[in-house]
Amino acid sequence: MSVPVLSAGLPGPRASASHHERLGPVLLASRPRRLATCGLAAATVLLVAACTSNDSSTEAGALRVSSTADTCEVSASEAPSGNVVFEVTNDGTEVTEFYLLADDGLRIIGEVENIGPGITRNLVVQAAPGSYVTACKPGMVGDGIRSPFTVTDSGTAIASSDVAQLLATATEQYRLYVRDQVAQLATKTEAFADLYRSGDDDGARALYADARTHWERIEPVAESFGDLDPRLDLREADLEAGQAWTGWHAIEKDLWPPAEGYLSLDDAERTELADRLVADTDDLSARIQDITFDATQLGNGAKELLDEVATGKVTGEEEIWSHTDLWDFQANVDGARIAFEALRPALETKDAELADTLADRFAALQVVLDEHRDGDGFVLYSALTADEVATLADAVDALSEPLANLTAAVVL
Amino acid sequence: MSRRGFLALAGAGAGVAGGVALVGCDDASAGDAVDAADAVDVVAFHGAHQAGIATPAQDRLHMAAFDVTTDDRDELIGLLRAWTDAAAAMSEGRDVGEFGSMDGPYLAPPEDTGEAYGLRPSRLTITFGFGPGLFRDAEGNDRFGLADRRPAALRDLPHFPADALDPNRSGGDLCVQACADDPQVAVHAIRNLARIGFGTASVRWSQLGFGRTSSTSDAQVTPRNLFGFKDGTANVKAEHDELLDEFVWVAPTDDPAAAWLAGGSYLVARRINMHIETWDRTSLQEQEAVIGRDKRAGAPLSGGDEFASPDFDMTGAGGTAIIPPSAHVRVAHPAQNGGTHILRRGYNFADGTTGLGRLDAGLFFIAFTRDPDRHFIPLQTNLARHDALNEYIQHTGSALFAVPPGIEPGSFVGQQLFDR
Repeated sequence: MSVPVLSAGLPGPRASASHHERLGPVLLASRPRRLATCGLAAATVLLVAACTSNDSSTEAGALRVSSTADTCEVSASEAPSGNVVFEVTNDGTEVTEFYLLADDGLRIIGEVENIGPGITRNLVVQAAPGSYVTACKPGMVGDGIRSPFTVTDSGTAIASSDVAQLLATATEQYRLYVRDQVAQLATKTEAFADLYRSGDDDGARALYADARTHWERIEPVAESFGDLDPRLDLREADLEAGQAWTGWHAIEKDLWPPAEGYLSLDDAERTELADRLVADTDDLSARIQDITFDATQLGNGAKELLDEVATGKVTGEEEIWSHTDLWDFQANVDGARIAFEALRPALETKDAELADTLADRFAALQVVLDEHRDGDGFVLYSALTADEVATLADAVDALSEPLANLTAAVVL
Repeated sequence: MSRRGFLALAGAGAGVAGGVALVGCDDASAGDAVDAADAVDVVAFHGAHQAGIATPAQDRLHMAAFDVTTDDRDELIGLLRAWTDAAAAMSEGRDVGEFGSMDGPYLAPPEDTGEAYGLRPSRLTITFGFGPGLFRDAEGNDRFGLADRRPAALRDLPHFPADALDPNRSGGDLCVQACADDPQVAVHAIRNLARIGFGTASVRWSQLGFGRTSSTSDAQVTPRNLFGFKDGTANVKAEHDELLDEFVWVAPTDDPAAAWLAGGSYLVARRINMHIETWDRTSLQEQEAVIGRDKRAGAPLSGGDEFASPDFDMTGAGGTAIIPPSAHVRVAHPAQNGGTHILRRGYNFADGTTGLGRLDAGLFFIAFTRDPDRHFIPLQTNLARHDALNEYIQHTGSALFAVPPGIEPGSFVGQQLFDR
């Protein structure tokens, strides 16, 4: 049996807390407790030597880039086509950016920005064979420090570069969708507010989930207005001490009051809540008129909508009084599917397999959801069994996991 | 017999097994080797402050909260005395009780449950705390004649925005935090203390933790939480006496009605579930923006290494802050909270999966603070309001305890509270 020579320079406290080093003492615990401290260290080292660490250091083939105040050193001036990885380290003292530009020096193939001093960040691009330009931009000003860069032909198939036009079409489609939804939201919110204000509780209850559908379809956009979102959509549990509760859920509780311990709102209070809801929704509508999107926002928005389903709707936490969570669920899925469908032509050119997977999983989720349809809407969340909820959650997770890759797939 | 005694006996025979690994080491006798190993493995139980606060954080946690089921003051004192004796023994790697786990009457159940027999002391620390219910129960009764000595700050924490607290994971009249490098040693400690408590105190909730999520010594590497990020870099550490005095230890003049708490602290426990699956679907860019640190090295996004001070004024592309306004590191930083520091001593937890096939996992947050009203509550209010991380977490448990000062040999934990 060979025994490793114990180096005199063993670190006392372990240099890192990586997974495998922790294995040392755990395994030792099964031995009789005879080992002195130095024996312990020796055995630990043995184990460390036998294992690979969990350290995710540079993958093979990455190009290293060092950006300083006046240099932009790339470790090689060419790379084979396919995924090209630049590991960009800011060795300067100012915030820097790194770009891979087309050979015209204008069109951006890929970029990483906001790299603080001392920080390393990767740029991963799918690059077709051809001539390019690398550029570091310390201080984020000027044209940057540029060098020619060549991508050689490795035989790897790379999508054609007409994706930009497809993405432009996608974002425009989505912009129009959002505008349409917010217009419908404003109309139905006003009708809902009228019913509630006038004391027509049955009418208000009937319109509640339908009106909210338009909010839920564009929820990530609506939530991007940090002042309006809490005024319109705050749940009771989200309140802080002393905070006034307004918006949909305050009215929800008044329309579906708990059996005990709740004092119904009087006419003046109802009017105030209803007026506020309409005014805030009109404000939202006005702000959305000018908004534009990029492909990243579409992809991330779709992912966020499914996050909303996973953390709020599938658990029944969104509509704790009305239990109309499945309406919101469907609306979130609608919004995500619209974003996906808009991006789909671009995705087909870049990752057709992912496009197929997403289409299949959207369809599968819809099948599960449709099982709970009732008339124009859905059964109440409170009527679902634990198994039915689990099946819905599985379908959500099955879609969410690949959907999270949509952004990178179309933008990369 | 003590676990330690077992060791000394086992030493001679076990020498062969250890021999290979000992090549190159001093040729210590078996007994010496054991002592040397134990010495680095034992954290002193007695002292000016309870162990398990400013002592280096171990890798494992078992924490339990108890409801006191008796109304008899003497029984309560008896429990605390028995707990103190057992904790002192276990901290040194000894069995509980006069006869321990193997050497008692053959017809009686062993005093010590025995699963730590043969295990190292594993730096076990046992830290006791007193909850609000010890001073006045839920009906407002002063069961033990202690109400006039209740520290003013010892009351249920307020509702923070988005709290989703489970009463069965919150509160408690007493708490015991057991930390050790070996999970079996930590579980053994809680198990034996719970056993001693039967008839006097019953377990209300308990929590296992692994992978300490903070460093309490400059000598420790900052670990990663289940989000994969280094967290708690700016923690208060044992080497920083001035910060401990200002932000951790209760001073004699802090609360005249509760002078007994001087040299103690408050323990805040928060069970914070993480939405692990949605987090894992988030881009690296978004993850780093939420935390405000680089994932690899833990450096603030404004640059430098892990311990570099974040530059909250630094701007990036488009003139926006390179550390976003809602980034966790910004919202939680002392500079954004009136200079408030906290000593964090939390652990990761993974309690299996939910009925929806998701990990029931997160951070079991533990902090020690001199004054929850001035330090923890404002900080947590700020976090609940502004932290981007809120999208990925949910607080599901909460408790606050007053942690008595350190214990002298011959006395019991919190004796100052009961002395008149």
